Amino acid sequence: MKDKKSARVVVVTSGKGGVGKTTSTAALGAALAHLGDKVVVIDFDVGLRNLDLVMGAERRVVFDLINVIHGVAKLPQALIRDKRLENLHLLPASQTRDKDALSEEGVAKVIAELRSKFDWIICDSPAGIERGATLAMRYADAAVIVTNPEVSSVRDSDRIIGLLDSKTEKAERGECVDKQLLITRYHPWRAARGEMLAIDDVLEILSIPLLGIIPESEEVLRASNMGSPVTLNSPASPPARAYFDAARRLKGETIPMHIPSESRGIFNKLFGRKAA
Amino acid sequence: MNLFNWFSRGSAPIARERLQILLAHERNERDHPDLLGVLREEILALISRHISFDPDKVQIKMDRGKSVSTLAVDIEIPNSFGAPAEVSQQRRPRAKRLRTDGARAMNQRLA
Repeated sequence: MKDKKSARVVVVTSGKGGVGKTTSTAALGAALAHLGDKVVVIDFDVGLRNLDLVMGAERRVVFDLINVIHGVAKLPQALIRDKRLENLHLLPASQTRDKDALSEEGVAKVIAELRSKFDWIICDSPAGIERGATLAMRYADAAVIVTNPEVSSVRDSDRIIGLLDSKTEKAERGECVDKQLLITRYHPWRAARGEMLAIDDVLEILSIPLLGIIPESEEVLRASNMGSPVTLNSPASPPARAYFDAARRLKGETIPMHIPSESRGIFNKLFGRKAA
Repeated sequence: MNLFNWFSRGSAPIARERLQILLAHERNERDHPDLLGVLREEILALISRHISFDPDKVQIKMDRGKSVSTLAVDIEIPNSFGAPAEVSQQRRPRAKRLRTDGARAMNQRLA
């Protein structure tokens, strides 16, 4: 890896909280690293950091993004190398309560320094549309918009798409941030029964290309309990495979879209209304 | 599809319709903030070239529907200004098509 790299900066964002941004950042980052790329995931959720916990690095945090921005630590000191994948790195957020700790110039400097060292810089955005969220998307080349098939999540995603088209550096230069939709917590049987917005409905409403569909699965919860991205913890599980497909699509590969389908037993099919 | 589906389509179609109406509205707002304010000023400027009226007695209302919205302008004109009595109230509805397909390109659809 002697040649100088030029990373692609991807923001994982959603507007709404609890839809799976951090889980998806960890899973996509680990999948890209597993596929051989050099990856850094950055937690932008200052004051409420969690990416370290989901990735199982919570006890290894010494310095953080804010320390680097304020010159307290050098970037290599703050980067945590993953214990399972040597080309996967984490830059944690700080637990400070000062919400102005992130500065635009500081973030620009950190991203610029990381660009020459990595293939991918994946920014885990905080929920909301405040400073942390706008700074996480500020220097992005591409955006993964994480959406649950549910009205409030779809509405907030639309709002975030509007911000990506106006508040990012690329948008201000007259260019366009490459936006892709990642649908998470998808329940095939609910969609089939008309109880949950269908994939087509969400795509029609938001009008951006689909990166992947992650089925609701206990494997996702199990992985975060273990402190391991689901793509490493149970790589053969349906959500992990969906994340791997999404990671390959991010890399520009053409992978046929697999729509999760019902995989329930005959009992649940007959009595599914009560069980679901 | 089972029998249950046949009789009840579930609540998802309602969710879709509500979102389509709401987001068309919010996108419009985002692209043209204070559209009503601008319309009000321009319409009043036009009418005041021909008729005098009290700017406080003007009501502008926009009702948004799924495929068509209406813009209603109510202007109270005093009879003393020579307008015929039966035209003391003017009502000008104007339909405006809402953008439901979105300006953003529809790119990838499921097969």
